[in-house]
Amino acid sequence: MTQDLSQALQMVSRSHAGMVRTHNEDAVFTRVDVGLAVLADGMGGYNAGEVASGMATAVIGAELEQGLLEGKRNVSEMLETVIGNANNAIYQAAESQPQYSGMGTTLVMGVFRDNHISVAHIGDSRMYRLRGGVFEAVTRDHSLLQEQIDSGMITEEDARRSQNKNLVTRALGVDPVVEPEIHTYETAPGDLYLFCSDGLNDMVENEDIALTLQALSANLDLAAEQLVQMANDNGGRDNVSVILVKVLQPFPATERGWLARLLGWLK
Amino acid sequence: MAKLILSMDGLVLKELPLLKERTTIGRKPHNDIQIDNLAISGEHAVIVTILNDSFLEDMNSTNGTYVNGQPIKKHFLQNNDVVELGKYRLKYINETPTQSQAPDFEKTMVLRPDMMRKAPADAPAASPARPQTDTQTGFRPGQSLPAGSSMGGSGLPPPPQPLAPSAPPPVAASANQLGAIQILNGANAGRELELTKTLTTLGKPGLQVAVITRRPQGYFITHVEGSNLPIVNGKQLDAQAHPLEDHDVIEIAGVKMEFFIKR
Repeated sequence: MTQDLSQALQMVSRSHAGMVRTHNEDAVFTRVDVGLAVLADGMGGYNAGEVASGMATAVIGAELEQGLLEGKRNVSEMLETVIGNANNAIYQAAESQPQYSGMGTTLVMGVFRDNHISVAHIGDSRMYRLRGGVFEAVTRDHSLLQEQIDSGMITEEDARRSQNKNLVTRALGVDPVVEPEIHTYETAPGDLYLFCSDGLNDMVENEDIALTLQALSANLDLAAEQLVQMANDNGGRDNVSVILVKVLQPFPATERGWLARLLGWLK
Repeated sequence: MAKLILSMDGLVLKELPLLKERTTIGRKPHNDIQIDNLAISGEHAVIVTILNDSFLEDMNSTNGTYVNGQPIKKHFLQNNDVVELGKYRLKYINETPTQSQAPDFEKTMVLRPDMMRKAPADAPAASPARPQTDTQTGFRPGQSLPAGSSMGGSGLPPPPQPLAPSAPPPVAASANQLGAIQILNGANAGRELELTKTLTTLGKPGLQVAVITRRPQGYFITHVEGSNLPIVNGKQLDAQAHPLEDHDVIEIAGVKMEFFIKR
């Protein structure tokens, strides 16, 4: 058994089709008790994008929940396995059913455990962190633009004017094998994590996202609502999804009691 | 497809589509765009095109390269930029589609190495089928981006080369209307606060906080935290956003203030 994180974390999510699109191809999944947040932005013709993102959140959500409840220890390993399985499921569906051919999805997800967050991402969905007044992107997009920024070819400012938006260099379900990027970071009480699809960060300036999180951190529902509303007020040209996770208190692994921690600290 | 329109003294000489990854401009005959004029250096400038973006770079030319009247070393070309080389002008055209076409063009797509390898000359109009054995997930730093790269792939929507738009930068909400609040009682009575930001919080954290959001359709007040809800014109609000009218009186944590439209 694993501990229940409902007291240590607060999670809210919103997903909206936006003002222009008829379909919402984003999908979100949260389970606060096991400390799990998953967001996917699907792509592909007709409704295939929705199928891909829906499959991603369903497969990853269910399998990871299972693994976490069984008390599996190695989160990174678990992430690689379940993301691989989701990739397989989407890829097989795309290969076997013509209407799903070529579908795929981005992915950004976090697993909160033992005062740490493990973040996995593929494509251009992002995770940001607000800590002590500092708002920053934790993930780096797997996109043509990010590679151009990294190589010094264009500046971040230029990137906002680029015609090459929306070109991801990695996606879930488009190839037999996918390489997720996985990192683990320490968390601190008061941290606020934002997972979002590009429908948010393409439409709303970072400054306004940061301002919203800072001003409304006491009311996460309202903050999530406000982020979606700002994207839509600015044109809402894409689906927009957000998951907000606030760390209310430390959540050390239960196996380590206060005595073990004290001893560990004295060593 | 982006293109250049070459002109001199207002006379259009040529239309030049940017088909290659590197398009060289200069006086010598080996250049892609040869301009036989002494004011132009042998190798004057180069335009690097990656999918829908083009970058202009001056190759240390004697007389320099100008864009919209400004000398440049390196420049990210935007639609309607005018490049000046001596007496010659090159207008850069890279039109974005109209709003109604935009949604489909803007959809996220996967960029694959095999797509990038297709030269424009032999890139068929329809997306090429992807070999089943291809296991690469994307191009990596170090891999070059060949000429006039195309994209698309097994079953993906057709490539949007000619006219993929970029989303317009977010616009400031209700740019033409500016609201403000003036405090009516307490130690700060008379103080005025302009509501220039997209959101402004009022009250005391931990006790009672409300937020005023600035939107295209006007200003709204919403309860954020605390057991007491904001009062507007003597009436207590519910949890929903409430539109603010000129001269509304707001009460939060015992402080009264008036909302008004400055312009």
